[in-house]
Amino acid sequence: MLVKTINAILAVVAGVGGALLLFWVLNRLAELLPGRWEAWLKPYLYIGPAFLAICLYLIYPAIQTVNYSFANADSTAYVGVENYTSLLGSPGFRSTLVNTLLWIVIVPAATIGLGLGIAVLADRLKPRAEKLAKTAVFMPMAISAVGAGTIWRFVYAANPPGEPQIGLQNAIVTGLGMEPVNWLQISQFKFNSLELMVMLLWAQVGFAMVLLSAAIKSVPAETLEAARIDGAGEFHIFRKVIVPQIRGTIITVFVTVTIGVMKLFDIVYVMTNGDFDTNVIGVQFFNELFTNFHNGRAAAIVVMLMIAIVPIMIYQVRQFRAEEAGR
Amino acid sequence: MSVATRSETRPALHRKAARRPARTRGEATVIAKITMAFVCTLWLLPTVGLLVTSFRTKDDANTSGWWTVLTDPASLARLTTDAYGEVIAQANLDEAFVNSFAIALPATFIPLLIAAFAAYAFAFMSFPGRNALFILIVSLLVVPNYVALVPVLQLYGDLRLTGTFPAAWLAHIGFGMSLAIYILRNYMATLPRSVLESARIDGASHFTTFWRVIMPMSVPALASFAIFQFLWVWNDLLVALVFVGPGENQPITVAVKALIGQQGQGWQLVTAGGLVSMVVPVLFFLSLQRFFVRGLTAGSVKG
Repeated sequence: MLVKTINAILAVVAGVGGALLLFWVLNRLAELLPGRWEAWLKPYLYIGPAFLAICLYLIYPAIQTVNYSFANADSTAYVGVENYTSLLGSPGFRSTLVNTLLWIVIVPAATIGLGLGIAVLADRLKPRAEKLAKTAVFMPMAISAVGAGTIWRFVYAANPPGEPQIGLQNAIVTGLGMEPVNWLQISQFKFNSLELMVMLLWAQVGFAMVLLSAAIKSVPAETLEAARIDGAGEFHIFRKVIVPQIRGTIITVFVTVTIGVMKLFDIVYVMTNGDFDTNVIGVQFFNELFTNFHNGRAAAIVVMLMIAIVPIMIYQVRQFRAEEAGR
Repeated sequence: MSVATRSETRPALHRKAARRPARTRGEATVIAKITMAFVCTLWLLPTVGLLVTSFRTKDDANTSGWWTVLTDPASLARLTTDAYGEVIAQANLDEAFVNSFAIALPATFIPLLIAAFAAYAFAFMSFPGRNALFILIVSLLVVPNYVALVPVLQLYGDLRLTGTFPAAWLAHIGFGMSLAIYILRNYMATLPRSVLESARIDGASHFTTFWRVIMPMSVPALASFAIFQFLWVWNDLLVALVFVGPGENQPITVAVKALIGQQGQGWQLVTAGGLVSMVVPVLFFLSLQRFFVRGLTAGSVKG
């Protein structure tokens, strides 16, 4: 254990120190050059390591993934669009798509709704209580999906009828005199997917709430008072005065959550591994790759995901351009 | 991942609001209080269950709900910390814990440093291709890191990197880079240029200006990205599973995931393991929450 710890500390020092040294050396090299060359080269040296990382871990792999998506399981021969047609033709993958779509439709909207509701209510508490309440809701954000998996097992766990229940939901259900339910195995009406969504909401509503709360607090008091003087009710003020003024933040949170949900992997992987008809794109990709060892189909799934993300990408770039123009 | 974006600021309105203390809150109605108490209970209850179970004996944890400690005083007397000792010995959680630090610390600081240099160049130096390259960064913000798994795994296989700490560091450097540059560059762009110019007039080089002037001024943005990235890396399962995998260098998420798979050994072990994995990020988060919130809200509701 001691050796392990010392090794770990050495690794940390070497890694961070190496990065510092790299920039010092690069800068030194640039300063050896004559003045004009130095000024020309320096920006590229500063952005160089960053771009090397991005090229190696995003751009090169993205191109390679498109390439593999037209090849067979171990990427030794091209098979045309077979991966795409076999995926889209399989009921399993179509169900995965439906599930993912359901997550995309429900989770971002629910996150905003709950986040807004909690932010507005917390805003009405005394400062101390507000802080505590917000911390309670925000804290799950620091918990990994693996940690959340261990936590939520005690909500969804099911024992056979007659035995004492150790899961919270079944304790309530059997307390009401009904049979215990194996929550995560009920795929009618996508019920188990909904239960998994509850976990994600638990984990990230706090994030939305914190951003939205800050936005609500920055709404100028004059506009609220003017509306109150006009005799508007609190709900009317919320809808007609507050929401329009925090639209930008709402959209930001919505986009962030949507992207996160499209890439969802760990909650589903930890809880059901995609079984019982709860599969989503991220988990199916992982299992094509590491259970079925099919590079081609895994790559094809990622390519489809990337295509779905392109509109968001375009939106982001446009948004950025508009902001820069306003600077 | 575009968290700190979009400016909500309305300069004219804002100046007015700043002069008078804003009073946005309505009355603290009873309904608001009750609802919030309910919400907080709902949010905390699952975690409380985990905490309680981790201190129960194997028999108790497997045969009765954690809430029975309230109704059955005898079970209170049986509470024990045995599960922690057992799970640490059995699943090598102590080693996994150290591994998590060895992965998360460099995977936080190295990208921060690399991104800070790039952000400086984007914010304060002019060079051909600057705008196009930055637009590229913005568009890469949303690309899923799934694209990298197969090609990088093959690369790592050739280089015999799989299963090592640097395998995870490099992957997190690559995946976190575009967000880091984006956040830092946007923050640096708001710094007054006059500071930079006076440093230049004093004859300071870019390297000196970067370390002596810009880095100290950028602490809020640096801190918020560092917190974000540390939590992300510590809690990450996918990258760890693929590039490090189960084995002597596995981080705690991988170790606890394996525990969940072997539930036969008792619920109390899984819960103790889960708690050990959560201690660092939760404490880290609670103590730095202020900076985290400030960082998150800096871009979206500046003012």
